[in-house]
Amino acid sequence: MNGGQDLGGMHGFGPVAPEADEPRFHAEWERRVFALAMAMGFTGAWNLDASRAARESLNPGEYMLASYYEIWFRALEKQVLAHGLVEGAELSAGAALAPPAPVARVLHAEQVAPLFARGFPSDREQPGPARFAVGDEVSAKTINPTGHTRLPRYVRGRTGTVERVHGAFVFPDTNADLAGEAPQWLYTVRFSGLELWGEDADPGLTVSVGAFESYLEPARRRAA
Amino acid sequence: MAHDPGPHEPHHHPHADHDHGHDHPHHGSALSPMELRVRALESILVEKGYVEPAAMDALIETYETRIGPRNGARVVARAWVDPAYRERLLADGTAAIRELGIGGRGGEHMVVVANTPEEHNLVVCTLCSCYPWPVLGLPPVWYKSPPYRSRAVIDPRGVLEEFGVALPATTRIRVWDSTAELRFMVLPMRPEGTEDLDEAALADLVTRDAMIGTGLPQGGRA
Repeated sequence: MNGGQDLGGMHGFGPVAPEADEPRFHAEWERRVFALAMAMGFTGAWNLDASRAARESLNPGEYMLASYYEIWFRALEKQVLAHGLVEGAELSAGAALAPPAPVARVLHAEQVAPLFARGFPSDREQPGPARFAVGDEVSAKTINPTGHTRLPRYVRGRTGTVERVHGAFVFPDTNADLAGEAPQWLYTVRFSGLELWGEDADPGLTVSVGAFESYLEPARRRAA
Repeated sequence: MAHDPGPHEPHHHPHADHDHGHDHPHHGSALSPMELRVRALESILVEKGYVEPAAMDALIETYETRIGPRNGARVVARAWVDPAYRERLLADGTAAIRELGIGGRGGEHMVVVANTPEEHNLVVCTLCSCYPWPVLGLPPVWYKSPPYRSRAVIDPRGVLEEFGVALPATTRIRVWDSTAELRFMVLPMRPEGTEDLDEAALADLVTRDAMIGTGLPQGGRA
């Protein structure tokens, strides 16, 4: 969706300002939100793409002003409500009032180290031959889906070059809706700064994005 | 606290100016609205049996204290001393990093890109906060914040200057926007004059920012 998360190329946010001490967490509640999001993600009620979609669905103004873990928390509240795991009255009361809904899994402490050291790969069996090859000129489609997508606005309609072909991966756009993994070929597509930003772009700049096959079409025109 | 605005007071938290107010400890026993809301949700989720408190503690401990940029520094140092490893690392980052016992969540599919005198790499995630967790740990706030995410793709040279990295005008910049489940790590150039250092000493020169592309190794030149 064209939400507050799609920040590439925006102006006005000011300088990048690293913190002096860069704490991983700034308050106890940030630790708790991080762990809650990870643990609830493991229940199988939703997936990582769905969590990203929930975060992106915040009002853009709120998204841009909220702190990172505040975004995570607001999305998590939305998700537990939407999936019937928690009722609104329970959030108001701060206590469980209704019996739990069934979940597929619960993360146990002794599982954390082995599971997270292995990770949760998202590569999948290839659905068929790849449509594009390294060196192909491709255009990112002009699309404006209201649901989740990983094609940022700043490359839509632009022409670039396929520089890597990675195999098939879970397609976030459907997976976020819990509508299936629908694996697709994933490419790295490289765009010139001139093509993306025009004459004032940094000379020699290129920007590469990960692009799923359905985001792409054969080049409509030559890249700048 | 200034960084704990309720949902109706976002103007108290101008994120863009990074005035997070972390230097101001909370006085008295009253909890912030955010602390209260998170506690309420946590107690409901635990009471309902969806979340095991000990698993939360294990997650926090793992990502607050165990996994961080020293992992990535080991990878870089190995690549500096072992040309065959460097080749494997650039060809299949995931497998080569796994050789050192490093991998997992947020680094299932790793791509490592090498800086050269002609080309400097910079990693960003404009859409969220994708970052190579197993090699770098959890990302710093600036990496997840609008100033970096908005500008890294359109004004990378300006961003680098703010980090104190002044590239020669002839050095091309390659930006990698982490829009899919591929996580990127930069392999910086080995600083000159380090021929006598062993692998462990070389790892000590590798800063986290050098592996994002917003910095250089200690003693390194752009």
